[in-house]
Amino acid sequence: MSSNTEQRRRSAGWLGIHRGHQARPAEWLAEKFIFLVSLSAIAMVLLIFLFVAREAIPVFFGETNTALVQPTIPVAEMDKHSPAELQRYLDLTPEQFKSVSRETKLELMQGKIDEQNEVPENFRNDPDARINTTDWKYLLQAHQWNGYDQPEHIWQPVGQIKKFNLLPLFAGTLKITLIGLFFAVPLAIGAAIYVSQLARPRVRETVKPVIEMLSGIPSVVVGVFALIVMASALQNIFHYQTRLNAFVAGLALGFAVIPVIFSIAEDALTSVPRAYTQAALALGASRWQTAWQIVLPAALPGVFAATVLGFGRAIGETMIVLMVCSASVMSWNVFDSARSITTTIAAEMAEAVNGGPHYRILFMLGALLFAATFVSNMIGDFVIHRFKNKLEGKR
Amino acid sequence: MAELSMPKLNVPAAKTNSPGGSALIEIESLSLYYGASKALKNISLNLGEKVVTAFIGPSGCGKSTLLRCLNRMNDLIDSVRIEGSCKIGGHDIYSPDVDVIELRKRVGMVFQKSNPFPKSIYENVAYGLRLHGVKAKSELDGRIEQSLRNAALWDEVKDRLHTSALGLSGGQQQRLCIARAIAIKPEIILMDEPASALDPIATTRIEELILELKKDFTIVIVTHNMQQAARISDYTAFFYIGELIEFDTTAKIFTNPSKKQTEDYVTGRFG
Amino acid sequence: MSAPQAKHFRAERFDFWSFFFSGLTGLATLFIIGILAVILVNIVYNGWSGLSWHFISTIPQKDFFDIKTTGVLPMIVGTAFRVIVMTIFVIPVGVITAIYLTEYAANNSIITRIIRAAVNNLAGVPSIVFGLFGLGFFINFVGKNMDKLLHNPSAVWGQPALIWASLTLAVMTLPVVIVATEEALKAIPPGLREASLALGATKLETILRVVLPQALPGILTGGILAVSRAAGEVAPILFTGVAYYMASLPHHVTDQFMDLGYHVFVLSTQSPNIEQTRPLLYATVLVLLVLTFALNIVAIIIRARVRKKLRALG
Repeated sequence: MSSNTEQRRRSAGWLGIHRGHQARPAEWLAEKFIFLVSLSAIAMVLLIFLFVAREAIPVFFGETNTALVQPTIPVAEMDKHSPAELQRYLDLTPEQFKSVSRETKLELMQGKIDEQNEVPENFRNDPDARINTTDWKYLLQAHQWNGYDQPEHIWQPVGQIKKFNLLPLFAGTLKITLIGLFFAVPLAIGAAIYVSQLARPRVRETVKPVIEMLSGIPSVVVGVFALIVMASALQNIFHYQTRLNAFVAGLALGFAVIPVIFSIAEDALTSVPRAYTQAALALGASRWQTAWQIVLPAALPGVFAATVLGFGRAIGETMIVLMVCSASVMSWNVFDSARSITTTIAAEMAEAVNGGPHYRILFMLGALLFAATFVSNMIGDFVIHRFKNKLEGKR
Repeated sequence: MAELSMPKLNVPAAKTNSPGGSALIEIESLSLYYGASKALKNISLNLGEKVVTAFIGPSGCGKSTLLRCLNRMNDLIDSVRIEGSCKIGGHDIYSPDVDVIELRKRVGMVFQKSNPFPKSIYENVAYGLRLHGVKAKSELDGRIEQSLRNAALWDEVKDRLHTSALGLSGGQQQRLCIARAIAIKPEIILMDEPASALDPIATTRIEELILELKKDFTIVIVTHNMQQAARISDYTAFFYIGELIEFDTTAKIFTNPSKKQTEDYVTGRFG
Repeated sequence: MSAPQAKHFRAERFDFWSFFFSGLTGLATLFIIGILAVILVNIVYNGWSGLSWHFISTIPQKDFFDIKTTGVLPMIVGTAFRVIVMTIFVIPVGVITAIYLTEYAANNSIITRIIRAAVNNLAGVPSIVFGLFGLGFFINFVGKNMDKLLHNPSAVWGQPALIWASLTLAVMTLPVVIVATEEALKAIPPGLREASLALGATKLETILRVVLPQALPGILTGGILAVSRAAGEVAPILFTGVAYYMASLPHHVTDQFMDLGYHVFVLSTQSPNIEQTRPLLYATVLVLLVLTFALNIVAIIIRARVRKKLRALG
C-alpha cells in the first residue's frame, strides 16, 4: 500500500495503535479477547434477568393453576380435546408434551383424576378450593377466605389451599426498609459530613476505614447480634410484645446500609471543589456554616443518590431480616413482625416444588426485586454521574 | 528480532528549501485537530540529520504536539486527527503500512517529567532491549553499560545497578531515561523539555549530554528556555498558536530573525 | 490538606450553632463506630471461650448442637473451597474487564458506558437474587443440560453443588474485583505507559510488563475484598450448594458442602435450645468473623496505600 495524503480519520482508544494490528495478529487477537471478556458484566446482568424471569413467566401470564378442585377430563375423552388444551391440562411445557408418548399422556390423565379423588371430602364444597390462587386478582386483592370475617391479604403458601397474596410481603419489605433507612440515613450522612468537612485530616484517615470495616461484617453476624443482643435490649427499653419484630430487623438492617450510604455521601461531599469552601471561609464563615450552606447544597444530588442506593441495598438484604423476623403479618405497626420479599424467597424456596406455582411465584418475587434494585441503581448512578459532570463543568 | 518493516533510511537529495541541509524528517502541510479545534496549522518543515533542532514558542503553541507527531505518540489521545504528511527517511510515517512499533523503535523519546519504571536501574535500560529481542546476559550487560556511559551516568550508578531507579535524583533519573532511549539505538531522539524540571546544575549536564549525543543521533528538542535553545541547537523553529512562524539556523533566529514576531519572542517582549 | 481556618482578631465568642452542628455530626460518627465496637466486642467476648483446637479440627456428628463434641472443620473447609473456586473464575474475568475499561476503551463510547452501568448494576443486585439466578441458570439450565449431554443416568451437575455456588458468588463479586483493579490501574502514572510505548513496546507488552506488575497490590485488594465478601455471604448459596449436614468433607466440585455462614444461621435459628447452644453459636461466629475480617483489614490497608498514591499523583 502506498502512502496517501488524503484526510485520515483514526479511531483510537487509550493505547489505540490500530494499524500495528495488521502486523501483529496476536496483539489483535488479545485485544479482541479482552474486549469480549469485558462484555461478561453485561452478559451477566442480562442472564440474571432472563433466567430469573424465565422461571416466573407462567405466573405473569396466568398459566399456573393452583385450584385444589379442578374439572377433570375422562381418560376416554382424550382425543376430543386439542393438543394445546391437553398440554395445559397436564401442566406440561410444549416440549415435554411433544416428547412424551400417548401412553404416558393417558397415564398422566388418569393421575389427574386420582389426584382429584384424593382431595379431602371437606374441601369438595369449599368455594376457596376452586380458586386459582395464582391469579393476579388473588395475588393483589384482599379476599374473604372461608372461615374469615372479612376480606384479608394473606400469604400462606402451605396447606391445601395455598394463599399467595403478595401485599403483606410488599408491606413488610417496605416497612423494614423504611425503618432501616430512617435510622441509617441521618447517621450515615451526619458522619459523612463530619468526616469530610469537619474532622481533622488525621481523624478522617482513621475514621473512614473503620466505618468501611462495618461493611465487612457478614450479614449473618449482624443477624446474630440483632437476634440475641439487640432484640432483648430493645424489648427492655420499649416493652413491646413481639420480641422479634420489624423494628429490630430495620435497625439491624440499618447497620448493613450505613457503610453504603456513608461512603457514597462522603465521596460526593469530598468532591465539592475546595475553591467553594475556601471562598466561604475567606468570607468569614465558620466551618459548619460552610459545610451546611455551601458544601451540603452543592453535594445534595450525591447525598440523594447515596440514599437511593442505600434503599436498593436495604430492600435486597436477606439474612438479617430472615434471622430477626419472619411472620407475614399485614400491619403497619413497627413493633409487629413482618416478612420481606427476600426472607420469603430464602425461607420457602427449599420447600417449594421445583417448577410448581409456589416456586414460580418466588421467582417472580425475585424478578420484581431485581427490577426494583435495577431502577434504584439506575437512578442513583444517573444522579451521581450528572452531579460529577456538573462539578467538572461538563454539560 | 523482527525485520524492520520500514525500508532502510536512505536520505534523499538535499532539499534546498530547508536550512537543515539533507532532510531526514520532512513535514509537509501537516495539520492536527483535537476534535474540532485545530492545534497545528498547515506546518511544513524539513529537519536535517545528526543535528539538534529546537522547537521554541510560548505555551500552547503546538511545539510539543508537533514533536509527538514524529513518533505518533498522539495516537494515544482520543479524537486526534491528522492531515498532511510527515516523512522520515522518505517514508510517510502515517501511511497504513507503517508499523508504529517499528517507528517508535527508531524514533525514541524523552519526556518532560522523568518517568523511569519503578524497577532497578539495570532493568530500566534492559526493558527496551528485551522488548526488541536482546536476551543474552552478556550482550545485555554490554549494551546497558554502553548506554549508561553514553548518557554520562555510568560512573554514578555502576555500583548500584540493581537498586531502584526511583532512588536517583531528578537529573539522574532524566539521564537514565535518556540512556533507556538510546539503548535501543534509535536514529532520532525526541526530547520534550527534558530539563524543565531540573536544577541548573542538572540542566547543564543534560545540555552537555545533548551536544555529545549529536554525533550519533538526530535530536529534536522542545524547550521553553531560549538560552538553552541558543546553547545547544543548530536549527531553531519558532511556533506561535499552532503555526510555524520561522525556521532557520539558531544563529540567525537569535541574532537576526526575519519576522517581527520571532524577534519579539526571542528578545523577551512577549511569551 | 484542609482549608485554612478563618482568622478572627477578636477573641471568638462561643458559637452555639457551630458547637451543636459539629457535635451532632461527630456524635453520629461516634455512634457508628460504637456500633461496630459493640458488635465486635460482644462476639469476641462471648466467642472466645468456645474456641479450641478441637472445635476447629473436628468433623461433627449429625446432631451438632453440643459444644463439647461438635466442631466446625467441614464448614471451614467448605467455605474455603467455594471461595477458592470462585477466585479462580472471578479474578481473570474481573481483571481483564478492568484492563479493557482503563487501557483500551474510549472513555465515552456507548459500549463503555453500558459496561460500566452493568458493573454498577451487578454490584446492586440483591444477594438472594443471585441465589435464584444460580438455581435458575447454573443448576436448572447449565447443569441439567450438561447431564443430558453427558448422558448421566442420575443428576450429577443438575443439582446443587459447590461449583454452582462458587460460580454464583463469582458473578456476585465480579464488580468488586473490577472496581478495585480499575482503581489500581488508574493510579499508575500515564508517563510510565508513554515511556514504554515510546520504547517501541506494543500495547499488550506495556500492559503485561509495566502496568500489571504495578497494579498487583490493587488486584490483590480486589481479590481479597471479593473473597471476604463472598466468605460471609449466605443468601446466594442457600439454593445452589450448601448442605445442612454432610458426614464427610467435600472432595469434588459436584459435591454439596457445609458452610460457616450458613452454619451460623442454622445454629441461631434451628437450635433446640438457644440458651445452651449460645457459646457454640458465638464461637462459630467468631471463626467466621476472624476469617472475613482479617482479609478485610488487609484489603483496607492495601487500598488506603493505593489511594494515597493516587491522591499524590492527582
